[in-house]
Amino acid sequence: MSILLGASTTVVVQGMGREGRFHAARMKEYGTKVIGGVGPGTGGTERDGFPMFDTVAAAVDATGANASLIFVPAPGAADAILEAVDSELGLVVCITEGIPVHDMLRVAAVLAETSTTLIGPNCPGAITPGQCKIGIMPGENFSPGPVGFVSRSGTLTYEIADALTREGLGQSTCIGIGGDPVIGLPTPDAVRLLNEDPATSVIVIVGEIGGSAEERAAEYMRAFGKKPAVAFIAGRSAPPGKRMGHAGAIVSGNQGTAESKVRAFEETGIPVANAPSEIPKLVREALGSAA
Amino acid sequence: MKLHEYQAKALLDRAGIPVPPGMVAATPDEAEAAARGIAPVAVKAQVHVGGRGKAGGIKLARTPEEARDAARAILGMDIKGLRVEKVYVERAAQVESELYLGITIDRDRRRPVVMLSTVGGVDIEEVAARSPEKIARGWPDPRLGLLPFEARRLSFEAGVPKELAMPVAVIAEKLYRVFTETDAMLLEINPLFVQPDGTLVAGDAKLDVDDNALYRRPELAAWKETTPDELVEERARELGFSYVQLDGDVGIIGNGAGLVMSTLDAVRNAGGRAANFLDVGGGAKEAVVKAALEIVLSNPRVRCVLINIFGGITRGDEVAKGIIDVIREHPPRVPLVIRLSGTEAEEGRRILKGAPLVSRQTMDEAAVEAVRLARASREPAAAKRS
Repeated sequence: MSILLGASTTVVVQGMGREGRFHAARMKEYGTKVIGGVGPGTGGTERDGFPMFDTVAAAVDATGANASLIFVPAPGAADAILEAVDSELGLVVCITEGIPVHDMLRVAAVLAETSTTLIGPNCPGAITPGQCKIGIMPGENFSPGPVGFVSRSGTLTYEIADALTREGLGQSTCIGIGGDPVIGLPTPDAVRLLNEDPATSVIVIVGEIGGSAEERAAEYMRAFGKKPAVAFIAGRSAPPGKRMGHAGAIVSGNQGTAESKVRAFEETGIPVANAPSEIPKLVREALGSAA
Repeated sequence: MKLHEYQAKALLDRAGIPVPPGMVAATPDEAEAAARGIAPVAVKAQVHVGGRGKAGGIKLARTPEEARDAARAILGMDIKGLRVEKVYVERAAQVESELYLGITIDRDRRRPVVMLSTVGGVDIEEVAARSPEKIARGWPDPRLGLLPFEARRLSFEAGVPKELAMPVAVIAEKLYRVFTETDAMLLEINPLFVQPDGTLVAGDAKLDVDDNALYRRPELAAWKETTPDELVEERARELGFSYVQLDGDVGIIGNGAGLVMSTLDAVRNAGGRAANFLDVGGGAKEAVVKAALEIVLSNPRVRCVLINIFGGITRGDEVAKGIIDVIREHPPRVPLVIRLSGTEAEEGRRILKGAPLVSRQTMDEAAVEAVRLARASREPAAAKRS
């Protein structure tokens, strides 16, 4: 398996509402082992052929699930994450958008003391093409291969994966980490996982304005990088003080500018694409230099 | 959501943090009445922008009559594009020295960060950039809050004079409680005045509340104000869109924040300027496309609209049908450039064939075309020649 998820991953879906059911079915079609859903009061019933459980603990007891995908609405989402963490699942993916930051601060404090990896919230999820997808991304845009891919944005991830796939550049694992200010797996941590992953030969880092995660990822690669990387930063033309859709995508003062991120990568010898369409070419060049 | 100083101070006061007596006023008469009994006063514009002092939005008044004159001068003033509707009239503090005390979210550490400095009254970002050693920082565990020893440590590390160290630490603890109880993204007392008699009082207060938490903070949500500029953004939010007005002339519609940001960048790379950021979110269907077009076209500066949809769960053919229906019903006043990709994009492009719009295969090509069309409508003669 690549990183975080693979053929042996078994998934429980927390929040089997309209979205949860739709994506549980898409994931199953893709080949992900979806073992059931969780919803308080639904235990013992079935939804779309998936067995339902009242609690994550009950689902794990009955099935041995080792990962969870969360669609629970924002007011209850932090609680849902902590429920999954309490059951010691290895991987928790939270799609939910609009979770209060203070809730995520408490979640992050708990997570730091456990071995659970949280992806998201407000993210498309993660996929190891051909093996397992946990999330809402269209599986057909992805293909197996050596490109590890971490991205702060959703649709842009599909766009770039699609471009890579069309150019015959398959992916090891793609992680959409989410656009919120406080997330479970920030860019530098995801880059570290891909850097240590034997199935990954080149890393694509897609960042956005706001915060300093990209700068820290560049710093990490400067010190520990074992393989080439290629970057792209969305929001180069965004004016300061305006939040560009994602709660985390905002330039405040001189913090989080695209220039600072681009400079950090370039100083590390990581080429930065001017547009998503340039990424496949840069990846091919990086692969050539790695070989 | 940003709160006004008078609102933030009411919350600080309730939490037991010393604030000068004061009242909010919407007319010169009210300002005069507010100043009675507490003059000399500071009359301060209540607007959601920084730098109001430099813009002339703060005046000192020795008497209630002077407060009335000051209010007359400030009310209706334009500060960075915002009209002053209210002033806060508050007893002028006596200033011996100024401290900075603020709490915000440290994204990298994923913790709240409490900052204290004896260099108060100025932009803390400047202090942070120039002399970071002058700011003491603490990262409390959000499950425990700011503990008394952490607050004391901040005081001593910041170099607060010995006799003030404990009172400042107590204010920091109280401020942290307000920070959590308001779901704040930023809560700041700057300056925190030290008065000649050794007492402390909050000079200015900034509070920015997490929009995502307003559902559980009804008291704060009731303070929400919408400026005319924000009305469109507000309407877009109700439709589930994320919309930000910018100052160019190429209207942008797309799905996904990152994709839309990249589209803005592509327009810039092509030598143009985007008129807005508009993310329609997932599952764009006919009604959504229509509403998005209406919002973008409500900006009179728009000379061309670029629609960039990458179909994932969203199907390109459905988006195309939506667009066709919309332009048949309401022919738009400016040219449309469309780029469809992803799921069912080919079928989508087939549907769009023959429609009065320009279709392009890639984001870059679409951006170049949109910039060209916007420019052509700005310079009709040049367009004819080309």
